[in-house]
Amino acid sequence: MHKKMAFSFPDEVLEHVFSFIQSDKDRNSVSMVCKSWYEIERYCRRKVFVGNCYAVSPRMVIRRFPEFRSIELKGKPHFADFNLVPDGWGGYVFPWIAEMAGALPWLEEIKLKRMVVTDESLELIAKSFKNFKVLVLSSCEGFSTDGLAAIAATCKNLKELDLRDCEGDDLGWHWLSYFPDTYTSLVSLNISCLGSDEVSFSALERLVGRCTNLRTLRLNRAVPLDKIANILRHAPQLVEFGTGSYTADLRPDIYSDLAGAFSSCKELKSLSGFWDVVPAYLPAIYPVCSKLTSLNLSYATLQSSDLIKLVSHCPNLQRLLVLDYIEDSGLEALASICNDLQELRVFPSDPFGVEPNVSLTEQGLVAVSSGCPKLQSVLYFCRQMSNEALVTIAKNRPNFTRFRLCIIEPTTADYLTLEPLDVGFGAIVQYCKDLQRLSLSGLLTDRVFEYIGTYAKKLEMLSIAFAGDGDLGLHHVLSGCESLRKLEIRDCPFGDKALLANAEKLETMRSLWMSSCAVSFGACKLLGQKMPRLNVEVIDERGPPDSRPESCPVDKLYIYRTLVGPRFDMPPFVWTMEDDPSLQQLSRANLM
Amino acid sequence: MANMLGTELCLGLPGGGGGNEVDSSPRTTGKRGFSDTVDLKLNLRAKETDMDLNKNLDNGSEEKPVSAKDPAKPPAKAQMVGWPPVRSYRKNFMANKSTGEESEKASSVAFVKVSMDGAPYLRKVDLKMYKSYQELSDALAKMFSSFTMSNYGSQGMIDFMNESKLMDLLNSSDYVPSYEDKDGDWMLVGDVPWQMFVDSCKRLRIMKGLEAIGLAPRAMEKCKSRA
Repeated sequence: MHKKMAFSFPDEVLEHVFSFIQSDKDRNSVSMVCKSWYEIERYCRRKVFVGNCYAVSPRMVIRRFPEFRSIELKGKPHFADFNLVPDGWGGYVFPWIAEMAGALPWLEEIKLKRMVVTDESLELIAKSFKNFKVLVLSSCEGFSTDGLAAIAATCKNLKELDLRDCEGDDLGWHWLSYFPDTYTSLVSLNISCLGSDEVSFSALERLVGRCTNLRTLRLNRAVPLDKIANILRHAPQLVEFGTGSYTADLRPDIYSDLAGAFSSCKELKSLSGFWDVVPAYLPAIYPVCSKLTSLNLSYATLQSSDLIKLVSHCPNLQRLLVLDYIEDSGLEALASICNDLQELRVFPSDPFGVEPNVSLTEQGLVAVSSGCPKLQSVLYFCRQMSNEALVTIAKNRPNFTRFRLCIIEPTTADYLTLEPLDVGFGAIVQYCKDLQRLSLSGLLTDRVFEYIGTYAKKLEMLSIAFAGDGDLGLHHVLSGCESLRKLEIRDCPFGDKALLANAEKLETMRSLWMSSCAVSFGACKLLGQKMPRLNVEVIDERGPPDSRPESCPVDKLYIYRTLVGPRFDMPPFVWTMEDDPSLQQLSRANLM
Repeated sequence: MANMLGTELCLGLPGGGGGNEVDSSPRTTGKRGFSDTVDLKLNLRAKETDMDLNKNLDNGSEEKPVSAKDPAKPPAKAQMVGWPPVRSYRKNFMANKSTGEESEKASSVAFVKVSMDGAPYLRKVDLKMYKSYQELSDALAKMFSSFTMSNYGSQGMIDFMNESKLMDLLNSSDYVPSYEDKDGDWMLVGDVPWQMFVDSCKRLRIMKGLEAIGLAPRAMEKCKSRA
């Protein structure tokens, strides 16, 4: 029975209304209106997002949302991508699968990022969820093609299998034959991270041939060029395609085969792959270029002239990933041709070289910022930068939402004035009022952090390396950036004071990573004691932090808010600072 | 927390003596005896490592860490962990471009997985970070000594040995490093000059001495066919 209130609706009506509300933020707001809305909302929430798998326990999530069909989980901190998080740190998905297996038999979607996914986990997924549809593993590791075979063999309704940027053990292609002959529901397959030489094209071709709803197919480097035509002919309806190794001896029959196959793909919008690319085969894709909105050439070792030729056929590009072989001249061409460009990533072809191997400077970025009015998201590796360029870029493109600049040599100054790049990055945060993500590099003092704290009010994620003078810098960021959720710092002289003074701020954020900084073990302990709702993890492969003086800086520090206290799956080189020192010993010896 | 295990981790080239590599190229000596290859001792000396570190840290604790006024240059480009921020598979790809001219350029990273029998998870190392078997051995010692230093358990790692069992095991057998080479064969580490090892090693496995004995005959055979 409902309370007799004006404007009260039966539950079913509210549920129906809520079903139009998809975003987590909105759903969370809805659930806070009143108790009955909380109750109704939690039963009808179908998608759950957990940004840090250690912030909450699977049991708690299932208890609150007993009917969800889709879960997205994230594990390791972002710096794990660059090998800063030692192997074995954590992020195991198995406990989550185990809990969901019993309670949520109708689970359809699992999306994981930076987690350890064992074959055992994959087998359990296959066994437990009868209507399983979508598996997206992004930057995950720990599995092999044996686990994938289990998924293929058992999940009759599988629609998506996406292994983007994963590190799985490829033991051969026979796992593809585990998809039964009756299986036809595949819509998206991304195996670009696998790479065994033991290929079985017939299994792949048959699979592609019978799955007429296939929209996305990303192959890997093991698939040779001469196999592509056949595969494309089986799937002319593809919208997204990733080639394998794009190289072969120059033969007219292979070329015409390939060109013909591409021409028949009228729906293609996105291309990727192009490992080992031979320029002579590029024109084969020209027929589809005018419709392309996304092009990933980040493995294509093409020279600038070939890249310009290719890009000039793609005026509708919205997203481009490319190596710095494109050079300033290529970016200038891009700026004049691709007026719809929204996202650009330029990767370094020679990240460890001391001297520049290509003519790619700040000018390329200036050109693109000037010529592409919709450009919002940039990742740019280069070797020189100036404040002048950054100010120009900022004024050109106040609509940036993501700006990640990596000047390859740490602490590189403005090459024109030899000053720090504080003013340049200051302009970025001042003009780009909607900036959500920022990565800094180059020579930077505390001043840049003052700018960031003052202007970057919408900033959610900040990455800092080799920057700043002292605690004041960190204090500016923690006290000024109201929307900050993720902060990752390496090799900066930030110490105890700023951290302890802003302890409460840490509870409003998802996480803070600090490595090779100046935070002492004593401060970590203090923080752990003061803030029970934070896990303060000291990661130190040199040995137990209490075997050194308290004033000694810790090697790595990972702090995150959590509802469930210290985790129990820590490896020997991770310690969680706790309220009660005696509890510390207890949780480490906790044998499960 | 005193470390009770007196075992040591070091790699020695066959024929004993801590390993510096290039000069005494074992291959030029042709066939080697069985006893030579088994001379590869892998002992875990966690205690010693700890003491060295304490020494360094006591000196370092008063110093101010890196500041902008005194920018710390990375020792050598390839040595800095995680910089520039490019993912391993991308670094490996750039390093191993397979065209003719590119192979002239030294590939600057070589990430391989390292497993140790009984350890619950794999590690990854970049072989290019080290210049000799000795350096690799020291790094492995630091990495894997942590497994023997404390007793711990966690969900999913149920088979990990407990402390007393572990001590018995270590007392009765040494650990020996082995590697999978380009041909897919498992060989004993130290059978070829360092650089050749770096180029051909696909993954590492630290196994118990007793098991490694099984590799020796094949190692000998391969050396025979090479010589």
